[in-house]
Amino acid sequence: MKPFTYALALGLATAQLILPARAADITGAGATFPFPVYSKWAEAYRKETGNGLNYQSIGSGGGIKQIQAKTVDFGATDAPLKGAALEKDGLVQFPTVMGGVVTVVNIAGLEPGKLKLTGELVADIYAGKITKWSDPKIAALNEGLKLPDATITPVYRSDASGTTNIFTTYLSQVSEPWKKEYGAATTISWPAGQGGKGNEGVTATVKQVPNAIGYVESAYAKQNKLSHTLIQNKAGKYPQPDDKAFQAAAASADWKAQPGFGISLTNQAGDEAWPITAATFILVHKDAADAAKSAEVLKFFNWAYKNGDKMASELDYVPLPDNVVAQIHEEWKQVKGKDGKPVLGSM
Amino acid sequence: MTTLTDQIALADTRGVARRQGPSRGGDAVFRGAAYASALLVLLVLAGILGSILYGGWPAFREFGFGFLTSSAWNIGTEQYGALVAVIGTLASALLALVIGVPISLGIAIYLTQLCPGWARKPVGMTIELLAAVPSIIYGMWGLFIFAPLFARFVQVPVSNLVEGMPLVGTLFYARVPSGVGILTAGIILAIMIVPFVASIARDMLDQIPTILRESAYGIGCTTWEVVRHVLVPQASVSIIGAIMLGLGRALGETMAVTFVIGNANRLSASIFDPGSTIASRIANEFNEADGMQLNALMALGCILFVITFIVLIVARLLTRRAKVA
Repeated sequence: MKPFTYALALGLATAQLILPARAADITGAGATFPFPVYSKWAEAYRKETGNGLNYQSIGSGGGIKQIQAKTVDFGATDAPLKGAALEKDGLVQFPTVMGGVVTVVNIAGLEPGKLKLTGELVADIYAGKITKWSDPKIAALNEGLKLPDATITPVYRSDASGTTNIFTTYLSQVSEPWKKEYGAATTISWPAGQGGKGNEGVTATVKQVPNAIGYVESAYAKQNKLSHTLIQNKAGKYPQPDDKAFQAAAASADWKAQPGFGISLTNQAGDEAWPITAATFILVHKDAADAAKSAEVLKFFNWAYKNGDKMASELDYVPLPDNVVAQIHEEWKQVKGKDGKPVLGSM
Repeated sequence: MTTLTDQIALADTRGVARRQGPSRGGDAVFRGAAYASALLVLLVLAGILGSILYGGWPAFREFGFGFLTSSAWNIGTEQYGALVAVIGTLASALLALVIGVPISLGIAIYLTQLCPGWARKPVGMTIELLAAVPSIIYGMWGLFIFAPLFARFVQVPVSNLVEGMPLVGTLFYARVPSGVGILTAGIILAIMIVPFVASIARDMLDQIPTILRESAYGIGCTTWEVVRHVLVPQASVSIIGAIMLGLGRALGETMAVTFVIGNANRLSASIFDPGSTIASRIANEFNEADGMQLNALMALGCILFVITFIVLIVARLLTRRAKVA
């Protein structure tokens, strides 16, 4: 995701590999999106407690499969599992950190954060229904802004990605036609535009193609100085996409509406809430086969909630609000050992 | 004459006599090991084919022959078809050959016939070094450096020139002038196959007896005539083999193509437009694929296997015909 932090995280991960595994080491696998922050947490945690974490970022799909097969101590996924799926495998699910997706454009002379769009317009652009920046619908939202009479090139992620899933989940929420024709998934059969591989592929393409629009993780847009657009939220406001706006989305969400916190943070109410926000999740088994290992997983994330916020922010992730963390502690009581007692004592 | 053959026969029997004894066991082991190695290749190949066929079977069963002729690729509705990827694979590989083979042959002929002795080694080594560059480096170079230049100096001027023309206009008009697309993929692939084709062709041209060349020059042929009528026909079988090896690489190349082809699941008449290949589709989607999508990707893998196999058979037929002629 983020080139410099990624390199750092990769270095840390390699450093972990050459250290001998210890009995208390825990193993996890899954989503690539949180890999840098998990690596950083793991390194700090090892320094403090001597216990290590081995995280393989093999993608959300792989993380789900591995925890189902019980080959890892925890799985990680960007798209939360639904209640029935959690029930079937006896899994407990909880979020760890959040991030936002922003749309970025390459329009000559346009300052960042000036162009206003609605979710419906973004959906129409990606569906190839709105093809020019001078379209009257865009102009109506942006009085006083000079937009070129040029063809829009929508740029999307060509590789299967959680970012695409978040983005298209949002488009499906705000646009009925989009939901019907394309829906939400990690890969979409895009009707228009061009695909770039990874965040860097999308970034490069948007930078190269005049009048292109793309969507990337907010940290990526910031580090590459891309010109972001504003998107109207549910309250009809246009917040700037920053940590405050992502936290606002988390704060106004009803986390208990779905089992395992499996709500979507996109299109949340609240004046300040950024409409395309998402959390990344951890999966563990309810009935712990190895109570000590399961306790260690929860201890690690508990430590991260307490001590990891600054590290997460440095890597441009957004920490969870405290009230959500309190609810997660409640949820953890479901993780029980063979004796029927919660693996983690009261916190 | 008789004495000579007798001597040879004698030497022969002596050789056989020396080989008898303790080394016989070694021979058997060696033969067994060689046999096992050859068999292992077949087993591995059969294993790969078997597992992708097994994985792709649900997709073939679900969509039947329509899998080959459909251009759909929709995860939401679970509709999959291979047409766009197959055409993209063939088109980009063909462009790579059209661009790469003449350059490769030029390099090989220059190195063996025209190049001054001192320059042979460094130029030859540079060519071989190209083969050692990892494909992802070609991809990154293609995306970040080649594509912008290509867009600015080729795509945009050509598009402006041909816009509105019949046929040429459709073939060369870029709707997304970003520098990536099927032609860009073909050019990057051409650069990637050049070292393979050039090296093999050079080695083959080198092996042609000097006497053939000398006699051609002796009867007054120009360099061009020697190359055209003596060298190339002599080496043609091997050159076809080299081209097929290059084609095989172009068909299966993954990372570099994924970066520069534009990754669009659309059929397009323009070679400037984004498309996708079988390998790029698999690389893009495999890590998060599940259910029927995974089956469809496996089925794509099967099709690529078959295409490569057909290329090999065609190569065999061509070389056989060349030998007869």
